[in-house]
Amino acid sequence: MEYLKKYPKLFQWLFLLIVFFALCFAIDVPETYKFIRGQAEFVKDPNQSVYFFLGKEVRYYAFDVFWRLPPLLGWLPIWINDSLFFLMNEWMPMEFWNEDTQEFKTRPLLLQISRNLTAFMTFLIELIREILLGGLETIVAFTSWDFIDAYPWLELPGLPWTIVAAGAAILSYKLSGKGLALFAGLTMIYISIFGQWKPSMQTLSFILVAAPLSFIFGLGLGIAAYKSKRVEKALYPILLVMQTMPQYAVLVPALVLFGVGDHAAVIITMVVAVPPMILLTILGLRAIPPEVIEAGRMSGCTNWQLMLKVLIPTARRDILIGVNQVIMVCFSMAVISAFIGAKGLGFNLLLALNQLNIGLALEAGLCISLIAILLDKMSLAWANKQTDYFGNLTFLQRNKNVIFFAASFVIGIILAYVGTFIFKGNFNYLFEIPHNKGISTADFWNKGVDWIFDTFFVYIKAFNTWLIQDVLQPMRALYLRMPAVATLVLAVGAGYLIGGIRSALVVAALTLFIALSPWWDRALVTLYMATFGVVISCLIGFTVGTLCFQNKKSAAFMLGVCDIFQTFPSFVYLIPVMMLFGITDTSVLIAVIVYATIPATRYTIEGLRSVPVGLHEAATMSGVNKFQRLTKIEFPLAFPHMMLGLNQTIVFALFMVIIGAFIGTEDLGQYILKALSDKNGAGIGLTLGICVAFIGLIFDNLIRTWVGKRKKHLGID
Amino acid sequence: MSETVIKCESVYKIFGENAKKMLEESNGNVDAKTFQEKGCIVGVNNASFEVAKGEMLVVMGLSGSGKSTLLRCISRLTDATGGKIFIEGQDLLDLNNKELIELRRNKMGMVFQSFALLPHKTVVENIAFPLQIKGTSTEESIGRAMEMVKLVGLDGRENYFPRELSGGQQQRVGIARSLAVEPDIWFLDEPFSALDPLIRKEMQDEFLRLQEKLQKTIMFITHDFDEALKLADRIAIMKDGIIEQLDTPANIVLNPATEYVRKFTEEVPREKVLIIEDVMDASSKDNLGDLKVSKNEIIENVAEKILTQEKLVGVVDSNNNIVGSIKPSKIIDTVFGGRKNGS
Repeated sequence: MEYLKKYPKLFQWLFLLIVFFALCFAIDVPETYKFIRGQAEFVKDPNQSVYFFLGKEVRYYAFDVFWRLPPLLGWLPIWINDSLFFLMNEWMPMEFWNEDTQEFKTRPLLLQISRNLTAFMTFLIELIREILLGGLETIVAFTSWDFIDAYPWLELPGLPWTIVAAGAAILSYKLSGKGLALFAGLTMIYISIFGQWKPSMQTLSFILVAAPLSFIFGLGLGIAAYKSKRVEKALYPILLVMQTMPQYAVLVPALVLFGVGDHAAVIITMVVAVPPMILLTILGLRAIPPEVIEAGRMSGCTNWQLMLKVLIPTARRDILIGVNQVIMVCFSMAVISAFIGAKGLGFNLLLALNQLNIGLALEAGLCISLIAILLDKMSLAWANKQTDYFGNLTFLQRNKNVIFFAASFVIGIILAYVGTFIFKGNFNYLFEIPHNKGISTADFWNKGVDWIFDTFFVYIKAFNTWLIQDVLQPMRALYLRMPAVATLVLAVGAGYLIGGIRSALVVAALTLFIALSPWWDRALVTLYMATFGVVISCLIGFTVGTLCFQNKKSAAFMLGVCDIFQTFPSFVYLIPVMMLFGITDTSVLIAVIVYATIPATRYTIEGLRSVPVGLHEAATMSGVNKFQRLTKIEFPLAFPHMMLGLNQTIVFALFMVIIGAFIGTEDLGQYILKALSDKNGAGIGLTLGICVAFIGLIFDNLIRTWVGKRKKHLGID
Repeated sequence: MSETVIKCESVYKIFGENAKKMLEESNGNVDAKTFQEKGCIVGVNNASFEVAKGEMLVVMGLSGSGKSTLLRCISRLTDATGGKIFIEGQDLLDLNNKELIELRRNKMGMVFQSFALLPHKTVVENIAFPLQIKGTSTEESIGRAMEMVKLVGLDGRENYFPRELSGGQQQRVGIARSLAVEPDIWFLDEPFSALDPLIRKEMQDEFLRLQEKLQKTIMFITHDFDEALKLADRIAIMKDGIIEQLDTPANIVLNPATEYVRKFTEEVPREKVLIIEDVMDASSKDNLGDLKVSKNEIIENVAEKILTQEKLVGVVDSNNNIVGSIKPSKIIDTVFGGRKNGS
């Protein structure tokens, strides 16, 4: 009884676990139950039960409701589909002027909006693409095909790669200095001589449209939310769901709304990239000291001046993190949106992965990563740039970068022109090195992979078999064995113990949504993979973070490594693991672990760093040794921040698990991937995405509530 | 007295949802407690005063006394709930946004407790900021800002970022920035509170030197009574949003209006604050000894001389006319005596 009084929470948790396991044992698996049934829900079978809702027929296999809840939300995907179809094809028909046929045509409003948006995006992408690569679509957009037929020479010539490379280097030099300039130049040269020029420029043109647009929209909406509570309240739930929504899932509805191609990819990238930008903008603006705002007002700022010259620059730290996120998401989406027909490196990467040509995939992946890092560093340098008012510069000195660029422009053109004579009838290497004509190290890598496979096959296979048979399969079976009601009790109980009634209700609603969807089994598999990944990631991240923290230099180094790794598009992580483990669950899990270890490590270091110096000294003066200081002072204080890292780790892991469906897993991601090629996939894809998002949100809610309470308790904020 | 620059007529600031309505219902009789019960917090309660051109009014109060709120009402960083505020005869609350911005750009400067410098701008850019906001050309604003840099003694550090400066230096930047547009009215919100005592004293002296030169109309907020005594032409002491007493430093020390004000004055070394005129006896001008002291002399400086006298000491004005006398024992009274029972 004494213990009971001393640790009431502990006993409450114990009681909850006992109830959970009791329920698990009490509820038997029905004999006819097949785990992870295929798409049986939508196939007619006399054993199925049927219900109608909103005029939709839903068929399902009924089991004991304690074991699996009936899919009462089964109508949702069908309903979403039908609604989308209705909105696009029948809602609000209006007369629109058609340029091509020179007459009014009746079209549904949404379709017209979607077409206009699409045309605008296509134009932007084409414009940049043709500046970089050449073509005539842009000119056609302003004139007509007849015009082009009349003047066949009229075509944007495209920039020779030498000029783009020189331009990138000079811009980097102006923004940051020699280091970045060197990096930019080398990156461009690498891209060019490895024959990745065309796809790279395609990807770049996509990103040069998507990233600035996402930035502007995110910043604008963030400011709107900062200024108006109402806007914030309206945005917040959407932002929360979008934060944990896997990127795959939004592809399918985009497919329906905007069709296939780069423009759809840009729009969908914006949908994914804008929410974090909004959140970080709000966060940054909120953190501005009120006196700075007052100082701005007293300087006589108008509202615009206050926003542009005081608020945004003062909040730039968080806004820059937002830019970093936007760029990260853009590159990530550049790969993923290859599924809906975006051209460029992503497409090549997917193709290479599909053919198991690891070498090619590696080269494409490296290109994407290099461009991502370059753009990230350039945007950072741009934001931190400083003007010099006092340097007494001559005209030449002031404009040297412009002059250098003009010079390299001319030289590049001359080189390209000379090239036409050198490489007669062949490819002009000084203009553009075509795909597959550059140097390729693919063979080397492929041979390397083969060699690794030949040499270590036995070990890898043994490890693989052991992992799958002795760890993963039992774990998976355990998770699948969880009855719906028991899981619900566990989740709600945890919610109640951590955050009271409010949390319990939120968690209950989120869990119920998943339980009532037709994919409970799949959700459990997703959960099992994510759990496995998160546990290992946390162990690694925690250890590495703690070790690195012991020394200031290594901590800074590790954070830098995290930064760079975070810039890699998520898909890239699949390449090396496929090299080693082929197409197995192990590959996915290792990719998950690598990817999710980044936030785990980062937050561990940051958490430990945030422990006040005064406490360190106080501890040292009380005579504790290093280990005691770590366990008694630093961990308890850093723990809340580290838990936020756990939160991020879970989100990262879920993302990767879903992306892992590309390799072939049995979780929700697999269905999302399937939905992509399904005519009626939009509803299914979106509902599945929401399910995954909700899994993330359950943990998000629990962890955040706990951290909030804990921080209050410790008096740190 | 010269012209009035700032004039407040029963200014109220009440935070809360129905503040305006409740204020109207209360007929100017605001009781903080009843308001608090209804979810409103009284920031400033019926403040009326005037500040003349070139005068320095120091508003003194402990934290939560409403002194900063009062300043923010007068600079209209927050809108007063009730009452009228006139700046050079213009009704401040009547100004539209554009006129207000115009007023701030040309007439007002403000210094903040936490410096409130823009972190992304260098020293010179920070100082030039109000000018650039006004639309002054880069060259001119930077040139003017450099003059200000020299004025506050930061030459050589104009390209530093605020984070690279010490607190005192940062506040110099804040002061320079507030003076860049050559405002007539200067608001200072606890400018030296975040500084170390030594730096604070140095900055106070520097501030007095600047004011000697510039002769601005100043509202200075502080929670430090000694600072108020040192700087002020007049002091307003606030408590719970109410101005308890508004008077010259000497009168506050000699005649504290309320028990609250008296508590502050008790520990004050009077001989350092009061001048001879404050304690002299103006009626008796006979039987004077040989020693004559100026009426504007601070007591501490002449106490020793007076105490050696046995007869009455004559007090003279600047034209050497005798205006009164002082008994040596009066000095002892002032320094040691009157503390517990007033003067």
